[in-house]
Parts: sequence; structure tokens; C-alpha cells
Amino acid sequence: MSGEHSNSFDIRGIWRVFWVLFAITAVEFIIALAIPEAFMAKPIKNAIYIALTLLKAFYIVAYFMHLKFEKINLIYSILLPTIFVMGVIAALMYESEYWFTLR
Amino acid sequence: MSSHSSPALSTSGKLWDGGNEPFGASYGKLMMWFFLLSDAFTFSALLLAYAALRFSSLSWPVPDDVFAGVPFIHGHFPLVFVGIMTFILIMSSVTMVLAVEAGHRGARNEVVKWMFWTILGGIAFLGCQAWEWSHLHHDGAWWGSNPFLNADGTPGQVNFTNLFFTITGFHGFHVFSGVVINIIVTIMTMAGVFDRRGTYETIEKIGLYWHFVDLVWVFVFTFFYLI
Repeated sequence: MSGEHSNSFDIRGIWRVFWVLFAITAVEFIIALAIPEAFMAKPIKNAIYIALTLLKAFYIVAYFMHLKFEKINLIYSILLPTIFVMGVIAALMYESEYWFTLR
Repeated sequence: MSSHSSPALSTSGKLWDGGNEPFGASYGKLMMWFFLLSDAFTFSALLLAYAALRFSSLSWPVPDDVFAGVPFIHGHFPLVFVGIMTFILIMSSVTMVLAVEAGHRGARNEVVKWMFWTILGGIAFLGCQAWEWSHLHHDGAWWGSNPFLNADGTPGQVNFTNLFFTITGFHGFHVFSGVVINIIVTIMTMAGVFDRRGTYETIEKIGLYWHFVDLVWVFVFTFFYLI
């Protein structure tokens, strides 16, 4: 049991993930506060925010929640429904643009 | 591998034919994962409503102008306070993993120590949220009333405050439940329940829940405060 978990649960690895999360959040703050919108348009900023958020989500789920080291069946049964939800999000964003043009 | 499973249970040796564990996780841990998945759907629904209403609106309040207060300091500091809240929650997630790690080694005192810091982080986060809510309420924001102007100067949409208080409230309620369960589990640890059980898996399960709360905050932070 301990041998199985030794790769994922060493204390140095935990702190490394913490610093990754910290650095990603710091980058988000720099983009939000230090870079003017004349230099980087809001839609581009938003795309970067969403990409960084998904990256943070990956680190939390894979390492803190340990999903990366579970069996492939468990990984898929969590990941596939989440991917479908992302499909719904994309569909509704598209739909809301349609409402917008109707106004 | 087959030497562990009893001959009566192992059938063809195929993964889904019984006699083995296709998910490689205990019942409780598996159910925690599925509960979190369903909870993720609930939060997705709320964030979906937010995205649909916001992107179909002609204009919307600017988050940098709304969320610019910091306790004890007067002035305009966009994102500073929510940055502190994000840091607190990430820190408490780290102390939770450290508690789980200590649980794997069966080190009871270390588990109690890290659980204590996790609970403290949760309470600190709730305190910050209480301050932010009362600050916004003081400005006249609540369910059904929005004092903040849209970006184009028109009167602000009530959707904005409704969604803000509903989503951060639902998340805050999760944090509150997490703190309560963390306290119960810490008392159980101190009482030696998990030593007697021979496993600290309960810490792992509540850890999954706590990381999920952190995960949801990562999304709330992006969609409410940054975009």
C-alpha cells in the first residue's frame, strides 16, 4: 500500500504542486492588474484566464485529489461526464449569443 | 494477484466479470467521488446560468469596480481581498493533503496538527466571505437589489447580485459544511477511532471533499472576479 502511494504523496511533491498553483494565480493577477486592455484585448485575457483555470483544476484533481494515480476506470467515470458538461457550457454560450442578437 | 481473491469469486478473470475491483477504490471513496461529480453538476448549472445571463446581457457591472474593498483600509484595491481569500483556500488545501499524507503513515498527532490548520483556513475563508458580504450589503447590494452601474453607465442588472450571492453563498455553505465535518473527523482522530479501525481512509474521503471546495472556488474566482 505504502509503496503504491509513495510516488504521489511525498511532502516535496505536495509543496511543488502548491507553488505551481500559486504561480498560476500570480500570473492571473498580473494579467488582470498590470497589463492594460489596450495592449491585450479582453477576449484574449478571458481565454487565457479560462486556460489557466483548467490548468489549476488539473493540478488540484490530479495531484491533491489523487485521481491521476487511480485506476483508469475511475478516471474515465469522473472525466467523461465532466467533458460532456463542458459541451453543454459551449452550447449554452452559443445560445446566449443568439439571445443577445435577438434583443 | 489471483492468490488473494477467493476461488468462488474469481470467474473468468475478466475485469467486469466479478471477483475483482474494477475501480480499485473502497465503496466509501467511490461514493465520495460520485457525490462530488453530482455536486460538480450543480455548480456547473449555476455557472451556466451565470454565463448565459451575462453573455446575453447588453452590459454588465465591472468586477474590478465592485470587488475593490479591503478590510481596515480605505481606497480602491481591485482583486486584492479576493486574492487573499484564494490564497487562504489553496493553503488549507495543502494542509489537507499533508493531513492525508500523515494518515497514510498512521501518524495520529501529525494528522491532528494538519487538520487543525485546515480547519483554521476554512474558518478564515468564511470570515473573509462574511466581511465581503456585509461590505457589499452595506453598499446596498443583496438579492433583488444592485447598486452597481453597468460598464456602459446604465443601471445595474439585478441578475448580477442575485447570481453573486447565490453562487458564493452555495460555495460558502460547502465550506461551512466542510469545516464542520473536518472538526468532527479531527475529534475522531484525537479519540483514536482510526487507529482502532486500522485505516485513516476517512481523512482521505473528507480530503476529497475539501479539495473539491477549493476546486469550485478556482472556477468562481475566474468567472466572477476576473472575467
